[in-house]
Amino acid sequence: MDVAFIIETIAKIVVILLIFSALAGLGTYFERKVLAFMQRRLGPMHVGPFGLLQVAADGIKLFTKEDIIPQNVVKPIFKIAPVITAATAFMAAAAIPFWPQFTVMGYTVHPIVADINVGILYVLGVMAIGLYGPLLGGMASANKWSLISAARSAAVFISYEVITGLALLAPLMMVGSLSLVDINNYQVGGIGNWIVWSQPVAFILFWIAAFAETGRTPFHLVANDHEIIDGFGTEYSGMRWGLFFIGEYANMFFISFVIAIVFLGGFGDGTIAGAIQLILKVAFFFFFFLWTRAAWPDVRPDQLMWLCWKVLMPIAVLNVVVTGIVMMF
Amino acid sequence: MHHEETFTDRNVSEQSAYFYVDIEAYPTTGWDKFKQVVSRAVKGELFVGLWVVMREMIKFDIHTVQYPKEKLPIGPRYRAVHKLLRLWESGYERCIGCGLCEKICISDCIRMDTRIDENSRKEVTEYSINLGRCIFCGYCAEVCPELAIVHGGRYENASEQRAHFVIKDDMLTPLDLLKAGEQNEYPGFGAIIPGSDASVKKTPLAY
Repeated sequence: MDVAFIIETIAKIVVILLIFSALAGLGTYFERKVLAFMQRRLGPMHVGPFGLLQVAADGIKLFTKEDIIPQNVVKPIFKIAPVITAATAFMAAAAIPFWPQFTVMGYTVHPIVADINVGILYVLGVMAIGLYGPLLGGMASANKWSLISAARSAAVFISYEVITGLALLAPLMMVGSLSLVDINNYQVGGIGNWIVWSQPVAFILFWIAAFAETGRTPFHLVANDHEIIDGFGTEYSGMRWGLFFIGEYANMFFISFVIAIVFLGGFGDGTIAGAIQLILKVAFFFFFFLWTRAAWPDVRPDQLMWLCWKVLMPIAVLNVVVTGIVMMF
Repeated sequence: MHHEETFTDRNVSEQSAYFYVDIEAYPTTGWDKFKQVVSRAVKGELFVGLWVVMREMIKFDIHTVQYPKEKLPIGPRYRAVHKLLRLWESGYERCIGCGLCEKICISDCIRMDTRIDENSRKEVTEYSINLGRCIFCGYCAEVCPELAIVHGGRYENASEQRAHFVIKDDMLTPLDLLKAGEQNEYPGFGAIIPGSDASVKKTPLAY
């Protein structure tokens, strides 16, 4: 392992951390604006032009707020839980190719921290560990709403992880590799080669599971404001609560990248046009997260589990079986 | 700037304006639930919702009133902070110190002090309304025989001191504004009805 490699990797990590921390902040701004426009409101308007600096104001507020550890909480776990959410969200980004490789001054840059051969498995696994944040935070909080939220997160977690895995199995059978770069290269050659055309069912299933994975609105039952206040976040304030938030929004971006790369051709052949296409795809999926939040109601936990186990899982299994039969003959 | 809004009639008069919402029976068996999910997904109810919010976003018909910068028009008979008016010709205060407003005020927030001046006319020396206590019922304006106390449109009452709410000088039309012709007559409670001159009769002296 030479020094250049280590320096390059650390530089990539820092860049990804900075970009996606900033994007997570901007994501809250876009969410407020999009939701406001869809509800005929204006959203943040007063801090900076068009309220753009609202993110900075919120950040300053979160950073400078007193770090409150309430009575009766399990202190070490209460303190570590937000870190789990944020850290795992960013750790998952290690195996995601954010951009095709490009050459700067004769030096080829691979915008992926580690192109490991189990890429997608690693991403999903680490994202799944992120669920320990809400689970442990909720259980340590000494608050009934948080406890309900923790129980829900565990139940939801078991339900949708099955769908995520089974839905991805069919495309992975076709590609024959777990590396996201290989999956991307499998779809080089235009829109016709995208996996979404050969695996539409898996695409829909994975997309649905992504909503549960990130805890977005139709499946927003882990921190459902109108039922359980803020769920696991009820007792949190200041930067610890902010870490939960950053983790959630970073997760939304990363899962959007995964959907775009696995099903919609990713960055294609690696030209600039392909890279811009990838950004547009990710932007669409991120926008869709906000869009559904404005339009759709939440489901109950039992409805989500019913949907996952009795509807989506059989469909996913059937999809895998049919894919296998088609590939065999 | 005097602004009069035309108000729409929002009263629902027709019986047919009400109808019962058709609620389907809840599915009980698993197969019925499955059919409901499928029919809802295929009929695209979810996508109708998506379309509705997207349409509103594209139309960009924002309903927000950015309050300190923009204000909604208020009704002409809106009962906000009181005003004391002056006579148009002479500029004297209209108030004759009869004390009817003080008497009728149901929250007991009007205080006035009068004296007989050199010309043997009644003069109002002190007049205060405790706006912290006033319920803005409009009785004082209604009972005033001289149209001297009326309601105005000033509804922003933030202040550092509660005592700021009771100053007579703030309610009284300043003389320069009166000379500029900017004293607005109030069309609300207690105001003269249009055409009231015609209905004036001589005092019958027969009894």
